[in-house]
Amino acid sequence: MADKLLEFLQQLVNGLSQGSIYALIALGYTMVFGVLRFINFAHGDVYMLGAFAGFYFGPKVTQLFGRGAAAGSMPLGDLLNPAAWVTLLVAMALCAVIGIVIERLCYRPLRERPKLTVLITAIGVSLFLENGGQYAFGVDPKSFPEIITDRALEIPESWGKISGLTVTLSQVLIFGVTLLLMLVLRHIVVKTRMGMAMRALSFNPVAAQLMGINIDVVISFTFGLGSALAGAAGILTSMQQPSIDPLMGVNAGLKAFVAAVLGGIGNLQGAALGGLLIGVVEALVVGYGNPTYRDPIVFGALIVILLLKPTGLLGASEREKV
Amino acid sequence: MERSKVTLFSTLLLFGLISFGLNHFHVADGSGHAVTLIQKYSYYYDILLTIGINIILAVGLNLVNGYTGQFSLGHAGFMAAGAYASSWLTLSYGYSLGGGAFATTFAFVIALLLGGVAAAFSGLLVGVPSLRLKGDYLAIVTLGFNEIIKGVIQNCDALGAQRGLGGMAPSTNFFWTYAFGAVTVYVVLSLVNSTYGRGFLAVRDDEIAAEAMGINTTKYKVLAFVLGAFFAGIAGGIYAHFKQFIHPEGFNFMKSVDVVVMVILGGMGSTAGVCVAAALLTILPEVLRYVSHIEALPEWLRHIAENRMILYSLLLIVLMLTRPQGLFGAVNLKRKKA
Repeated sequence: MADKLLEFLQQLVNGLSQGSIYALIALGYTMVFGVLRFINFAHGDVYMLGAFAGFYFGPKVTQLFGRGAAAGSMPLGDLLNPAAWVTLLVAMALCAVIGIVIERLCYRPLRERPKLTVLITAIGVSLFLENGGQYAFGVDPKSFPEIITDRALEIPESWGKISGLTVTLSQVLIFGVTLLLMLVLRHIVVKTRMGMAMRALSFNPVAAQLMGINIDVVISFTFGLGSALAGAAGILTSMQQPSIDPLMGVNAGLKAFVAAVLGGIGNLQGAALGGLLIGVVEALVVGYGNPTYRDPIVFGALIVILLLKPTGLLGASEREKV
Repeated sequence: MERSKVTLFSTLLLFGLISFGLNHFHVADGSGHAVTLIQKYSYYYDILLTIGINIILAVGLNLVNGYTGQFSLGHAGFMAAGAYASSWLTLSYGYSLGGGAFATTFAFVIALLLGGVAAAFSGLLVGVPSLRLKGDYLAIVTLGFNEIIKGVIQNCDALGAQRGLGGMAPSTNFFWTYAFGAVTVYVVLSLVNSTYGRGFLAVRDDEIAAEAMGINTTKYKVLAFVLGAFFAGIAGGIYAHFKQFIHPEGFNFMKSVDVVVMVILGGMGSTAGVCVAAALLTILPEVLRYVSHIEALPEWLRHIAENRMILYSLLLIVLMLTRPQGLFGAVNLKRKKA
């Protein structure tokens, strides 16, 4: 009995760490949907670019800053590893710039056009990043440089049965950094003037403009913020699964989108909750069922959600105006 | 008889004659042996058949994406449903009809139609969620459905699962490919030009106004999905009996995007444009492959030519920014709806 419980907890731990990645990506989808009412299909590919930023800059950053004295010696000494943090920030900054550039070049000229035009453009941008990535980085999977040394953390025997769980350092890092980034995001959205402008824009774009909000700046900022989170997700996931390739964003992006819809698109807490839920469901399907059914079940869940409760778990319904 | 029917039948007759000519007109090959035109120009014949299959796919998708204004990104899923259903039928029951040429062809055509019905049924399943979804959501749901169909096939041992399914009789020829192409064009054009079919355009142009005018928008949306899926299933069956081997990965998201690009390039809601675009985009990869082997060109250009999707994606973006109605499109996507 206890073994079954332990196995369940193990799947839960695995699911939560994968779910954190989905949650970070889903936040970007949801924020962009909030201000522009459209789904940025290219968002999953920004996540891929984040991983590749880490691939190219990680080794250089490690040379410059070193891994820190505490790495490997203390139980969580790797958390003080300066190279990992700098790599994370570099990837986030780079992805933010990429996100802003994409919006400026491809989406802004189309802002007054029908949604279908923007949607097709977004698909085009996504395909361009994937195939341009294959052209620039090569088609084969690359192994991500070892910025932190991943290992299983020892859980003291005194904690009882739980000590049988395998929790890796990367899982703790992923969950912890995700939590930290979500708190920062929440602070930005709730406490700052820019956050207030974002909320105003998503509430009523016309009124926001009349109140003197420069919507171009706010939209750029939103794209930057969302893309930075996707970049962070790219780095975090590569620490756990060190094999990255230019198409890694396709599946992750779709799953994160499902997560955003599940939580209620446009709702930040919803995206976080949806991401974690999708991660846990996936882990359970893989752990207890047939791994090949993982993707069909996630997409099946999407269809069921949209049929039964299109606003998602936490989303508010929006009345259509004629 | 109506003029459009006369046109259809004379087109079919013409295709029959061409097909007969391709099979029975002999020419000398390099070493002086008499071979049929198909044997001599097999490379071009393959491209010709692929164009025909893509025309069926694109014209069918155009009914959903172009005329009805729903955005489906899962056309390859329906194609897979048709391809697997018809292949399974010919492999399981095809030989029970006897091995003669007539029996094989008969089994092939019946299997194609039943494959189309299987695809249409899966189209019905997608059409129902589409009633509550629009634009982006619908695109993702159809994409997800494509993945689900793929996933089911990958887990179904009777359909070859991950190994793929092979050994179908090579029943596909010029006549059947283009005959079904002509029927697809005929059905779609007759439908959207009829009084009844104006409902598709009304749903696209303004769903709320259409509903206020008493049009059953639900019925039209589902019908568009079912018909589009039916033709995709036919195209899938033709494809399966042309390549004689099918694999679940051959019907992935990228295949769906291929068809979507054809519809968008041709112009959503322009059947003639979509046919031209289907032909162009089938020939383009072959031309690019040729270009990538020209030694005189710089290395990077040859690399880009090898990866046609880079050009496709740029084409999509540039087209949307400069000419969203496509090359031949009649729809004015530039105007923002109120």
